[in-house]
Amino acid sequence: MKTNKIKIIAIALMGAVVSASCNDDDASNNSMVSADFSGTFVQQDQMARPAINTVFIASGQPKDEFNATIPSMMGAKYQSAFQSRLLALNAAYTTNALGLTASQFSGVLATDVLNVKTSGKTTFFDGTNVLTGRALADDVIDVELLLIFGGPMGTSNPGLTSDHVDANDKPFSASFPYLVAAW
Amino acid sequence: MKKPKMILGLALVAITGLVLVAADHIDAPSVTGNAADITDMYTFQGQNTNNLVFAVNTQGLLSPNATAAAMFSENVMIEINIDNTGDNVEDLVIQAIRKGNKMYFFGPYAPAATGTSSTIKTSAASGNVAISTYGSAAVIAESGGMKFFAGPRDDPFFFDLGQFQAILGGTASGFNNPGTDTFAGTNVLSVVVEVPKAMLGTATSLNVWAETKKKQ
Repeated sequence: MKTNKIKIIAIALMGAVVSASCNDDDASNNSMVSADFSGTFVQQDQMARPAINTVFIASGQPKDEFNATIPSMMGAKYQSAFQSRLLALNAAYTTNALGLTASQFSGVLATDVLNVKTSGKTTFFDGTNVLTGRALADDVIDVELLLIFGGPMGTSNPGLTSDHVDANDKPFSASFPYLVAAW
Repeated sequence: MKKPKMILGLALVAITGLVLVAADHIDAPSVTGNAADITDMYTFQGQNTNNLVFAVNTQGLLSPNATAAAMFSENVMIEINIDNTGDNVEDLVIQAIRKGNKMYFFGPYAPAATGTSSTIKTSAASGNVAISTYGSAAVIAESGGMKFFAGPRDDPFFFDLGQFQAILGGTASGFNNPGTDTFAGTNVLSVVVEVPKAMLGTATSLNVWAETKKKQ
């Protein structure tokens, strides 16, 4: 039947036009349109301050549970567990170089967010600025060791307040992306 | 006597089975060794001090031999959460997810819902960048005042993890000087995004954290 043939040709042509425009779309910079970003994404891992989960949360399932907790819920859920850990690590803990009691310090740590100032220097701790960000070169482990083991003057347990690894194994870049080439 | 007490404390910790791993490297069973495992996050002022830089590293302790084959997952979104009201609830998110050879970025934008489940608001797309390949120069994209990078990098984290574990295990009483960087010579998969501070609100202080979220 002629009419059917014509219809088939017309449909084929329309199909060709449609697929051509799809290809054009793919080739353009605006290929977002054709990509699928739908769906619901559910939390697997969470982190802000370095080594918090690893130091203060017990191995196995509790680590997964901490990773699936949102920061606004962490303080109430984890402060007492963090305090127990802190006192297990350093039974002689009184206060630290920031003047925080075990309760206060564990309260700060249990809410795992990184505090960032929007003006001025961003650093975990540089002797002057405290928790204004985290720069690549910051010796964050020494800061945490000092606050856990160093006592109110930072002078207690001198064998435990620095790991004596003070810098990365490659210098960082001053410009974007700042992190440097892989080994 | 402070020291014996402290050592006793460390021994108790070791007995309770606390295994210390570094910043957040290989920290939990359900994410260890896969694309959802965050090793570290950094937030710092950019070379242009009007900008903040967010770096999120994943898949830690990659040896050079394993780095070329390491990939971001198309089903795992990397989300930077930003609280600019002081309640530890995200007011803005920056999301990154791989499609093919590119990393696509969305935001900063105010998410429709906060918490453990997220969707992607495609109208908030802010840019994309070809994922840099191992051994090649970093590919950088710029769009709307933002800069984007995704790909393998040297792990910027440094720590004598081995000695710390020995201390916790009771076989050492302190660190060595000099120490040994457990992370020397290892790589991570990084996402780095630089954002004008003006896009993050007017607060003088932010609370930020990184999450990985898996497509259901």
